[in-house]
Amino acid sequence: MVMNRNYFRVLIVDLNREKSEVKRFEGRHEFVGGSGLCALLFERYGLKNEPWHNENQPLIFSIGPLTGLFPLMSKTICAFKSPYHDQYTESHAGGRSALSLFFANLDGLVIKGQARRPSLLVVGSRRVEIRDASYLWGLDVIKTGKIVRRLVGEASGHRSILRIGPSGENLCSFSCINCDTYRHFGRLGAGAVMGKKNLKAIAILGDERAFVSLGKNYKEIYGKIFKRIEDSGMMKKYHDLGTPANFKKLNELRSLPWRNLTSTWDKDVDRISGETFAERHLLRNLACSGCPIGCIHLGYIREKFMKDHRYYFEQVAYDYEPVFATGSMLGITDPVKVLKLILEIDEKGLDVISTGVALAWAAEAKEKGLISREETICDLKFGDAQGFLEAVGHLSNQETEFYRQLSRGTLAAARVYGGEDFACVLGQEMAGYATGELYFTAQALGFRHSHLDVGAYSYEQKHDERDVKRAVDFLIKDEPRRALLNSMVSCLFARGVYTNEYLAMCLESVGLKDIAINLDELSERIRFYRWKLRFDTGFSPEDIKIPRRFYKVESWKGKVNPKFLDELKISYGKRLKGLVSEGEKKWT
Amino acid sequence: MKFLRASNLKRCIGCNICSLTCAREVHGLISWQASGIRIKSSGGISTGFEATFCLVCKEPACLNACPTDALIPRKGGGVIFKRQSCIGCLECKEACPVDAVSVDDSGFPVICIHCGRCVSFCPHRCLELVEE
Repeated sequence: MVMNRNYFRVLIVDLNREKSEVKRFEGRHEFVGGSGLCALLFERYGLKNEPWHNENQPLIFSIGPLTGLFPLMSKTICAFKSPYHDQYTESHAGGRSALSLFFANLDGLVIKGQARRPSLLVVGSRRVEIRDASYLWGLDVIKTGKIVRRLVGEASGHRSILRIGPSGENLCSFSCINCDTYRHFGRLGAGAVMGKKNLKAIAILGDERAFVSLGKNYKEIYGKIFKRIEDSGMMKKYHDLGTPANFKKLNELRSLPWRNLTSTWDKDVDRISGETFAERHLLRNLACSGCPIGCIHLGYIREKFMKDHRYYFEQVAYDYEPVFATGSMLGITDPVKVLKLILEIDEKGLDVISTGVALAWAAEAKEKGLISREETICDLKFGDAQGFLEAVGHLSNQETEFYRQLSRGTLAAARVYGGEDFACVLGQEMAGYATGELYFTAQALGFRHSHLDVGAYSYEQKHDERDVKRAVDFLIKDEPRRALLNSMVSCLFARGVYTNEYLAMCLESVGLKDIAINLDELSERIRFYRWKLRFDTGFSPEDIKIPRRFYKVESWKGKVNPKFLDELKISYGKRLKGLVSEGEKKWT
Repeated sequence: MKFLRASNLKRCIGCNICSLTCAREVHGLISWQASGIRIKSSGGISTGFEATFCLVCKEPACLNACPTDALIPRKGGGVIFKRQSCIGCLECKEACPVDAVSVDDSGFPVICIHCGRCVSFCPHRCLELVEE
């Protein structure tokens, strides 16, 4: 039993039967782990032609061959059929889950079936329990976490607690799985998948040592990587302002979405910039297990609740994306109000990006008279945090038919109420980069509809020319290495540190030379496997529409060129189809 | 003699690099258990993290409890662990008032040796090796 085994050790939990099984899967040298392993496991357990809410659809978590063995190899991949688009997808999170799975001696965890009552799943190296958690149903994410920590007791500091809030229980299409309070399997509705399974929480106990045969030079390579991280400057970048450093830069570039993307610049950016948060609202930093960076920025809310100086105090994790979604996108420039909105969304277990962007659309729809106050219950106006705070609760509870529609996604609601033109949706609610045609194309057609699928926004900042072939070539070439890093599983912040050369060194030092010598091909293969599942479960590039609002955007480069955007979309769609058909010939 | 001290633990971000370093560098393992230092969140009304490791008692309770002389006094305080004399009774673990004795997967105690290898890997310089 060694951890750098050339197979995968996966725990399969069947909630229907309340039985579990440890299974061995071959294919380490083909699927590697993480993203690749998820594809292998979904191929085995996924019901491609059944809807996401079929109780037997699997919810999959996996880690990679370098997890726990090198710094920043600290992320977990979650894969499922998405409630948002009913196709295969992945969502990634940091926190303690990756090292907890590693020290529970598991490469993967597959949960299938539906518990007969709300349940808590506890998994450790010598423990699998499905416990009644009826009394947790309806509780928010923070309270649930506190109770589960007490219930589980063991492995403090070395365990991970995943849980959903009321929005997940209510099957909202963009509900998330909260991971260790401050991190999330955020996007595309993993929370609803847990909700459908009657699974309120999962505790993963990292309670075993790793059975690894370490190469003679392992310690030396670890030291080298550690030094490389220190020298790369990334410590400073993520220690310092963290991802919110983007605010001023993107605003200057006229690429920061404001008020439902009616503008890409605002004079008030300083009020919610990374500098302002760091100087006035940052309380402390936290790290994912096994990562020395500590990029998690915790802000604080100190609120007077009685006249005679009585206060309460809360801590809220903030990053660029949450502040964009609840700040600039909603026209809110008071950092404390932004933190309050993030906290409210967190507690309900909603994805913060989708929620912010959905509410921004709702505010504009209200302004244009497409929806009434009867439908929204509260006031939804740009800049008015109170209304949005109330709306988060209504959305989570699906209080009215309007909120029920909105909980299926912004475009779903727009199809009913009108306003599709100004729904800021690129496959899912947009991330905070209005850099232009290439980014819009990349998110709209991206594998996870994520700003991290490919580095389009960064390419766009370096290339002003409108060359369709060159730009699409870049998207196609940039993706496989990210698929590979997602299979190790590295935090993408470390993509500059872990070049293929360094990945190979790491793999060799833990006895995985066969993988190390074949990284280029493996990257392509894993990318293919993921896309194949996406296409097999219904993805069609032609069906993705880019709403008119994106065609009106003006960035530092000037106005979006509609022809260029359309050509990029058509070309990238064709290339994605092409790589799947080529892959089928080569690898199936 | 030099001793490990968590002089700046208020700066801790909970990355656990110290534990992993001890297991890797001192014990040649990848493990939470085979580490002389463990980190967990303070919880309750306080925030931040606690580090659990040997505090170098002048009269170590673990040493007094050991029936086989597997623990011998370290000059200046604390103990030196002699694995060949240990029978794995774990009386030392029971006796330690601050729970600083961890147990590895073979059932033997793991106690900080104050070598300071974790110090150089701590990203926020929470730990230091001090002369006392």
